[in-house]
Amino acid sequence: MTTRAIGGGDMRDQIHEILSPFKTDRSQLIPILQRVQEKLTYLPEEAISGIAKYLNLTENEVLGVASFYAQFRFTRPGDHVIKVCSGTACHVRGGESLLQALQTELKVNPGGMTEDGKFSLEQVACLGCCALSPVMVINDDPYGKVSSRKLKQILDIYRKG
Amino acid sequence: MSFVHPNGTVHAKVKDFLQIQKEASKEWMQLQHSEKPRILVGTASCGRAAGALAVLSSIKKELSRANLDATVMEVGCLGFCYREPLLAIQKPGRPEILYGNLTPDTASEVVSDYLTKDSPRPDLACGTLGDHEVAGIPNLLSLPELQLQVRLILRNCGHIDPEDIRHYMGNGGYTGLVKAVQMTQEEIIEEIKKSGLRGRGGAGFSTGQKWEFCYKATSPEKYTICNADEGDPGAFMNRSLLEGDPHSVLEGMVIAARAIGARQGYIYCRAEYPLALRRLRTAVEQMKQYGLLGNNILGSGSGFEIEIKEGAGAFVCGEETALMASIEGRRGMPRPRPPFPATSGLWGKPTVINNVETLANVALILQKGWQHFAQYGTETSKGTKTFSLVGRVKKTGLIEVPFGLTMRQIVYDIGGGTLGDKRFKAVQTGGPSGGCLPSSFLDVPVDYESLTAAGSIMGSGGMIVMNEDTCVVDVAKYFLDFTQKESCGKCVLCREGTRQMLYILEDIARGNGKPEHVDLLLELGEAIKAGSLCGLGQTAPNPALTTIRYFRDEYDAHINKKQCPARVCRDLIAFYVLPEKCAGCGICLRECPVGAISGGKRMIHVIDQSKCIKCGSCYEVCPPRFSAVAKVSGEPVKTPEKPIPVYDQKPD
Repeated sequence: MTTRAIGGGDMRDQIHEILSPFKTDRSQLIPILQRVQEKLTYLPEEAISGIAKYLNLTENEVLGVASFYAQFRFTRPGDHVIKVCSGTACHVRGGESLLQALQTELKVNPGGMTEDGKFSLEQVACLGCCALSPVMVINDDPYGKVSSRKLKQILDIYRKG
Repeated sequence: MSFVHPNGTVHAKVKDFLQIQKEASKEWMQLQHSEKPRILVGTASCGRAAGALAVLSSIKKELSRANLDATVMEVGCLGFCYREPLLAIQKPGRPEILYGNLTPDTASEVVSDYLTKDSPRPDLACGTLGDHEVAGIPNLLSLPELQLQVRLILRNCGHIDPEDIRHYMGNGGYTGLVKAVQMTQEEIIEEIKKSGLRGRGGAGFSTGQKWEFCYKATSPEKYTICNADEGDPGAFMNRSLLEGDPHSVLEGMVIAARAIGARQGYIYCRAEYPLALRRLRTAVEQMKQYGLLGNNILGSGSGFEIEIKEGAGAFVCGEETALMASIEGRRGMPRPRPPFPATSGLWGKPTVINNVETLANVALILQKGWQHFAQYGTETSKGTKTFSLVGRVKKTGLIEVPFGLTMRQIVYDIGGGTLGDKRFKAVQTGGPSGGCLPSSFLDVPVDYESLTAAGSIMGSGGMIVMNEDTCVVDVAKYFLDFTQKESCGKCVLCREGTRQMLYILEDIARGNGKPEHVDLLLELGEAIKAGSLCGLGQTAPNPALTTIRYFRDEYDAHINKKQCPARVCRDLIAFYVLPEKCAGCGICLRECPVGAISGGKRMIHVIDQSKCIKCGSCYEVCPPRFSAVAKVSGEPVKTPEKPIPVYDQKPD
């Protein structure tokens, strides 16, 4: 599990530590962004400037790449990240209803975080479990054929956790 | 076939490797004939989504509780996704028995009953694999879903441990590479050309020709890339293959590298596939241990290294020039072709990009010879193709069939027909670049040419079945929403045009469509096709254009009658509790997330239409013995204004 990032000098040290194993080559930019997000759960401003300096790129270039790809987020996510599959198979078998049920249940829109910081809700491209649609993934745990009743039971596991 | 080079010499390293391979085959045979029972659990991603890991731990617990000795193996996808979680048990002198739809409890029951009491539990079994019969359990190969399938690419999936390279070698793995290192580059390319293999990623270009272009390009540095960025929503064939048999893809990649003369290769795999990535990393490490990567592979004098690159969630990176930009650490934006990657690709060097399944086919062709491969398929489309058969079909799963089967055979014989036996509407192939094929295409043989002629494409192999409960306007809207979000923004017609098409489709779905909208969609579609640089834009209008072509009446119903015949578009439907059927049980009332239903015990429930968000929960939960909730588009249903006592007798 990743730990939450802490601000200030600690974060700079942490970022430095994450970057040091990487070559200072542009082709490492996306792997670096992925590694930083894996460790810090998101890409804070300090990380963007740190990476730019490390790879000798401008901050604009780094942010330009990071913002192009859907994987990267720039604000801190909730404790549990719920990803709802928006693949075709899920779409024709109730994925939209699942998303709506989550929105109603958690009172949060896709891309947002619940008030208590417990959950963030994301809509993602196909997760590739199409035969079990509709599918969602909480953190790294996939759930298939999620009905409205099953949804509440699943969320309860994480609410307690 | 012997492994002796025409000039009569066999390199010592090849000899050593063949010895190891022989040992692995022996180990595999010993495992198959072991006295110890073997339990195979399908723990690919779809198995996991269905609870396979809980099944696995329950089996392990049961084995240690009952003090049973058995080998437990985690295997990849067996293809019967609709029956996940699955496990198979092999006992000496018995055929393998496959069990499905398991829970942790039934899984441990099966293990204990079959291993201790020798009761094979036909009630939980799907079928047997092997020569002997078991009373009450059908032979899997006699089932319609398998009869028409030819599992060449998926031959190891679900049978071997994907994390054990010796399992792959024990089943003939890497003998294709052994042959390749003893062939000249021209001979390898010739072998692939003779097989007739065409790229499995979408466009279907000849693999041999692609390699030849790159081989002929003069450059000290060349690259191979495996495109594992399976971005089409609704497609998971590549994921299953990478999770179930990663070495087959990697073997093909080393052969490709040898054919064109590349020393460095990249696998570009989606980050959404964490298990596939993990298995690839394991497999690459194992290859290094066996000298299948590194300098001087099997004494061939040529070296090759593979680096795994994780995609970062951009559909457009499935396009080859965008994919290369992404590997180079830039925004994944396509560039014009020519120059084609075969002459100027990654960092401006000649590059061959092949799809996952293409490379697995390469390994197979080298292992078994081009004739073996080319005996399957049609005149122009050779071999087999894997498809993910999903959507509104009964037996969803991962299938592999020879080219030339009809869509009807795939949907009805293999897929068991549409969900609820409802009227078939269409099959969507080719993802967001493809189209919807109506019932008139059910008897057309599936190959590259026929799908293109029908206005769709083969694509990577997603097949999404739609029945009368699927709305084509909604489907077109779904895909345009997808491509609109995924357009990289470089070409104005793609960026703005897809958005305008989406807005129009949204208007139609909301009941705000105008008669001229359909023509406007057609016009926009043609303009976007003509004015876009890459495949994403050039094909983005296809879902809308094909649905208009084949289902114009549904568009007209939305526009002129403000009705959605499939009862999907939220703004055009309504839910009502049918007073003559409602028993006042209160289930829908408790389930409604917005409190739009009023009623009481033995009172006819009433939905407040102004509060209803049309989520369909009431429709879903109303017990089938009442079926008291109606979903309608068009005429409203007459209901009481307020809850009234339920009718004791049905009113006349």
